[in-house]
Amino acid sequence: MLLQSVWFFLWGLLWAVFFMTDGFDMGIGSLYPLLGKSERDKHMMIHAMGPMWDGNEVWLITAGGVTFAAFPLVYAVMFSSLYSALMLILFALILRGVSFEFRNKVESAAWKKVWDTCIFLGSFLPALLFGVAFGNIFQGIPFDGDGVYQGTLLTLLNPYGLLAGVLFVCLFVMHGALWLAIRTDGDLAERAARLAGKLWPVLTGVAVVFLVATFIFTSLYDNYLATPVLFLVPLVAVAGLVGIRYFLMQQAFFKAWFSSAATIVACTFFGVIGLFPSLFPSSIDTAFSLTAFNASSSPLTLQIMLIVVVLFIPVVLAYQIWAYKLFSGKVTDDDLAHEETY
Amino acid sequence: MDVVMLSRLQFAAATMFHFLFVPLTLGLSALVAYMETRYVKTGDETYLNMTKFWGKLFLINFALGVVTGITLEFQFGTNWSRYSAYMGDIFGSLLAIEASLAFFLESTFIGIWIFGWKKLSKKAHATVMWLVAGAGNISAVWILLANGWMQQPVGFTIRNGRAELTDFLAVVTNPFGLLEIVHTIPSAFLLSAFFIMGISAWHLLKKEHIDFFTRSFNIGLVVGLVTSLVVVITGDLHAVHVTRTQPAKLAAMESHWETQAQAPIVLFAIPDEANEGNKIEIGSLPGVLSFLGHHDFNATVTGLRDIPKDERPPVLPTFVSFRTMVALGTLFPLLTIVGMFLRKRLLESRWYLWTMLLAIPLPYLAMEMGWVLAEVGRQPWIVYGLLKTAAAASPIAEAQVMTTLVGFILVYGLLGIAGFYLIANFAGKGPQTASENS
Repeated sequence: MLLQSVWFFLWGLLWAVFFMTDGFDMGIGSLYPLLGKSERDKHMMIHAMGPMWDGNEVWLITAGGVTFAAFPLVYAVMFSSLYSALMLILFALILRGVSFEFRNKVESAAWKKVWDTCIFLGSFLPALLFGVAFGNIFQGIPFDGDGVYQGTLLTLLNPYGLLAGVLFVCLFVMHGALWLAIRTDGDLAERAARLAGKLWPVLTGVAVVFLVATFIFTSLYDNYLATPVLFLVPLVAVAGLVGIRYFLMQQAFFKAWFSSAATIVACTFFGVIGLFPSLFPSSIDTAFSLTAFNASSSPLTLQIMLIVVVLFIPVVLAYQIWAYKLFSGKVTDDDLAHEETY
Repeated sequence: MDVVMLSRLQFAAATMFHFLFVPLTLGLSALVAYMETRYVKTGDETYLNMTKFWGKLFLINFALGVVTGITLEFQFGTNWSRYSAYMGDIFGSLLAIEASLAFFLESTFIGIWIFGWKKLSKKAHATVMWLVAGAGNISAVWILLANGWMQQPVGFTIRNGRAELTDFLAVVTNPFGLLEIVHTIPSAFLLSAFFIMGISAWHLLKKEHIDFFTRSFNIGLVVGLVTSLVVVITGDLHAVHVTRTQPAKLAAMESHWETQAQAPIVLFAIPDEANEGNKIEIGSLPGVLSFLGHHDFNATVTGLRDIPKDERPPVLPTFVSFRTMVALGTLFPLLTIVGMFLRKRLLESRWYLWTMLLAIPLPYLAMEMGWVLAEVGRQPWIVYGLLKTAAAASPIAEAQVMTTLVGFILVYGLLGIAGFYLIANFAGKGPQTASENS
């Protein structure tokens, strides 16, 4: 029981770290058509995430891999149920990934336009669809006792799922705008900061609607009502949201970004804690729901994986933090002119 | 077509496309790291230019390899959910270990390498490339162990209606997986060596950047010679192991129908699955198959007729892929040995340079054929002897799989065209243009 619970929260943590890191990449990509006015702006925006996005995306691979290893049944039923949505996300991520590498390799306006479009779609679609997917998981997925999905792609595009999608987009766009304010300069940085300021009331509004809708459409609050101390987690999210506003007014963008990161992590955990012990609830009958206890791997696999994760994730964090520090300053024109980069 | 066949096609398309780019990144990353190290040690600018020129080609391949690898991981869940549920305890953990041990390292440091030229010391920058190369290859080791387990499942017990891990050490020392590692990774280096030699040959034929490309060619030549010999030896060991563990695959590889001692190898044949024999057989070498399979001319080799019909792999693709791989595998050491004799007068040996230029696609073909043999030859099993492919597919609608198959063809088609255009473009331009371009 303990081992399975530990893995449940590690599973949540990996998703949270993925949203926290790759979230700003997806946000910047979503803002790409809006803020990338000149060629220099676009270069700056790509450079602002260039050294990190690849490492960030591996948190997704790891979240997927850990779902496979620790909860194979969830991996099987989740990904086959959300088949079309997941395939769309993957195609989008593929196009985004190569766009950075391909875009500046040919001096042709048409060529650049193709990859610019891919950067936008490859960022915006995953942001929206990850939200839709999690929203649907929160309210339960129509699958039967054999793990067979009884809906279509349109079933997933229900009001609550879409609301979660909009929330994710807002969170990531805010996160991305703040990152741009930190790492770029001049007009672009100012526009990004102004946008973050305008976005704040929207994000807050969507978050409030989401919290209310969650009460109506899901049973996520049951765990909180049973153990009220857990309400501290959504409070962290609220504090993060307030922090964004506060630090934005002080022009302390780095602190604002940290607040935004805290908001994203706390939001993810708000959902994860609310779900516990369900990983993939069925909306047809709760008896079919997959939980940390009925869908996990054998104790031996869980133990070995735990050893691997405890030994290596700190190492990964250490070198990723080092990489972030290495590229911490503002992107300069000198950086942009450098021949090897994207 | 049913969901199983569509999913198989989709998976085949995704893996074969993925494997057009991965082998080059495994070998070329190490060679680029070597070139950069030479630059750091000697201060010779040519090595720096080599690092940048080959490094750029590496990066294009790397991007394509990574993004197509992401889909592969998730396809186990989307298209093969029954497999994932049955085997996840073991297979999933290998993938997860690969991600946390190797893929993170590779992906984090590749960003540092691309963007860190001015932020790191020369020495540190070269070290970063070694980390990228090492991590990429470690990553391959785990993936091959995972595939090796599908070929020869070990260290498990069937409990709770699925395969559960009982012996982790057995899984990571699985002989099938280890043989795949020592055969596939050197093959990837061989492919990279031929890639370098072929592109260098093109520029040497045009007599441009002669010093640059002669040195590049020689690095490729040494690596190509060593690895092609390793590939032949490990390929032979691998065949012996397949004989013992997957007799049906061996029989299909040789289109061998009759169980017999002193089993012959047939030089040319057209398999006829309906009539359980070969339509045409030309040139039979008695005892050679027994020798190849068991290292003993008198050994008995099981024929396809003694394997139940529903456990026979499709003979024709297995047979053809094996022959193609072996023929090419024999050609590679010959080409590199000839190259060793000609290496002092490369520029004058135009026929050889042309040969090496035209040889660029051959290692690609050999590796793809190797995978066709490994995967098609394992059918109808998805996990040998344990789970059939037909029982492994997801319970999803045909139309969904059909739609995404079309999506795969479109997206990968676009990527393939753009990717190969860029590779050819940069390879053709040569080093100076590469360093002027941003």
